[in-house]
Amino acid sequence: MASVHIKAEKIGKRYTLRHSDAGARYTALRDVLATKLRNLLHRPLRQLQASSEEEFWALQDISFEVNQGQVLGIIGRNGAGKSTLAKILSRITEPTSGRVTLHGRVASLLEVGTGFHPELTGRENIYLNGAILGMSRSEIRAKFDEIVSFAEVEPFLDTQVKHYSSGMAVRLAFAVAAHLQPEILIVDEVLAVGDAAFQKKCLGKMESVSKEGRTVLFISHSMSLITRICDRAIALEKGKIANDGTAHEVARTYLAASGTGSSSSWRPSAPVGDSAAKVHSARLHSPDGNCASTFSIGCPIYCTVEYELLAGGQRAMPALQLVNESGTVVFGSAAFQLRETTRIGCHSATCTIPAHLLAEGHHSLNIAVVSYNPNTLHAFEREVLSMLLVDDTSGDGARGDATGHWPGIVRPKLDWAVAC
Amino acid sequence: MQEPLIIEAGRAEAHYWRDLWRYRELFGFLAWRDILVRYKQTAIGIAWAVLRPLLSILILTVVFGNVAKLPAGPLPYAILVAAAMLPWQFFTNSLTESSQSLVGNANLISKVYFPRMILPASAVVVSLVDFAISFGIIVCLMFWYQYLPGWQILALPAFVVLALLSALGPGLLITALNVKYRDFRYIIPFIVQLGLFVSPVAYSSSVIPEKWRFLYSLNPMVGVIDGFRWCFGDAGGIYLPGLLGSMGVTALLLYFGIRYFRRMERGFADVI
Repeated sequence: MASVHIKAEKIGKRYTLRHSDAGARYTALRDVLATKLRNLLHRPLRQLQASSEEEFWALQDISFEVNQGQVLGIIGRNGAGKSTLAKILSRITEPTSGRVTLHGRVASLLEVGTGFHPELTGRENIYLNGAILGMSRSEIRAKFDEIVSFAEVEPFLDTQVKHYSSGMAVRLAFAVAAHLQPEILIVDEVLAVGDAAFQKKCLGKMESVSKEGRTVLFISHSMSLITRICDRAIALEKGKIANDGTAHEVARTYLAASGTGSSSSWRPSAPVGDSAAKVHSARLHSPDGNCASTFSIGCPIYCTVEYELLAGGQRAMPALQLVNESGTVVFGSAAFQLRETTRIGCHSATCTIPAHLLAEGHHSLNIAVVSYNPNTLHAFEREVLSMLLVDDTSGDGARGDATGHWPGIVRPKLDWAVAC
Repeated sequence: MQEPLIIEAGRAEAHYWRDLWRYRELFGFLAWRDILVRYKQTAIGIAWAVLRPLLSILILTVVFGNVAKLPAGPLPYAILVAAAMLPWQFFTNSLTESSQSLVGNANLISKVYFPRMILPASAVVVSLVDFAISFGIIVCLMFWYQYLPGWQILALPAFVVLALLSALGPGLLITALNVKYRDFRYIIPFIVQLGLFVSPVAYSSSVIPEKWRFLYSLNPMVGVIDGFRWCFGDAGGIYLPGLLGSMGVTALLLYFGIRYFRRMERGFADVI
């Protein structure tokens, strides 16, 4: 039975917002004195000043438990309270209410390179950064060589960090943090920086850290990273826990809730299109016909479009485009199999997206009815369907049994003929 | 397995001193970093620590000792000034450096936990190193004037500690105020300038009329500077009620400095 490493009970964090100086986080003594003086002269003004303070709960009623060795993902929009939670767990700020019990040493990677001093050399910064992250001098000395080789900065060890490239500085910073060996590691969006090869290294490290029985809290926007690395995820919304469950489940609901959401079927209130053709509905489903919005990249995906042709004499056909997370059209496809002009009436067409083609992540579909030569767009609906593709690293995909980052907007499984 | 760490409102407050002890190594590293950075461009860095007090001593000696011809007693006037100028510059350096320490390390404060008092304290330590280096001046002056101080010099470390404490108290106070009121740093040069005149740097405190002497001694630096001079063999001797008054004010300032700093500390990460 795994023991509980992090136990949060009803934590809340309240901030007081002052509207009078909304822009400034700190106050100037000059202004305070001026206000005091003004209030002295105009008593009633004080009433106004008081009412312009507003309480704001950045976090409210957050309770969860994380077991030893678990990798917990925390997702949420900007301002949902992710960073506040990270700050409370790493003791930077105190909660206003509630209590957290942490079993073991906590290290946080809130931002890479915290405490690095540009004037100091790489060697000096390793010691300094290690101390800031909570390592003792002897611990740092014992792991020094390991850190240096992980960061790949041996030749520059005695160069000032200000002469480092940003990639090198990030590598060094992560290397120090990665060798901290805390029982609990908090990672906040660090992976956004660094080149692809390094990201891969980092992910590998995080996974191995969790395999060693350490607990990882991973705070990120990237749904595909969360679904890959984390067993479990918590979605925060407006300072409250909106969802808590397996990473795939939470990611799916989160995407569904976030507007561009993942929806397996679409049916407009009235069919859309021009006088020649209209689309009635579209849906995504698995081979057995059940609607689904999360697919393993190792399974084929079926998209069925129901449309109606109102005018004869043209070769109108259903078409679709697949758009990935970054808005790139991965491919377009149309039912050119329809050679003849199609008869008037309702039709149903199913397109099969083969297994082992797409990369993981969030994808959406544009649905259309078109006729070519001359090209006419009868109906075109943007991003009516969406789905989440997950790579469960079962070993039969393009990435084999490799863990870590696997770049590319598609992930086809190709044949390799290896001559020995 | 170590004991669990509990985070809740007001908790850090309760374990403050234990935490401070636990983070002593970080304190060492931060002080080491500041010293390293300060003297990174070695020649200029160390020269700076010597040059500033040296020039001040020179000017004060020429103006007050030679032009105004203030009485100096048995001590060479330059040593009289140096014995005051060094602790005085240590005090002002500590005040200036520590008041900037939190704002200058804002990225640390908003990202990592440690008792914040480490930062102004390490700034004071850096000033102490400056002080130690500039101490060479007074040694040179003693060689120059062929002057050997008496047994009183053995009490010097005690007055160095007193100087440290009297710098730490106001330092903490100003540091915390500087985070809250960012324009507070404009007041510091003013304090420093005014302080130079109400402290016996350019003159001996024996010129103060007897009836004002105790009131005058409530300035914590008066006790420190008079003590330094006494160690170097100033004939004025120690004015005991004044020294006790100075120490009392130092203790008071230290108490309020720590109290105010700790009260403000909880909010630093949110404000900075």
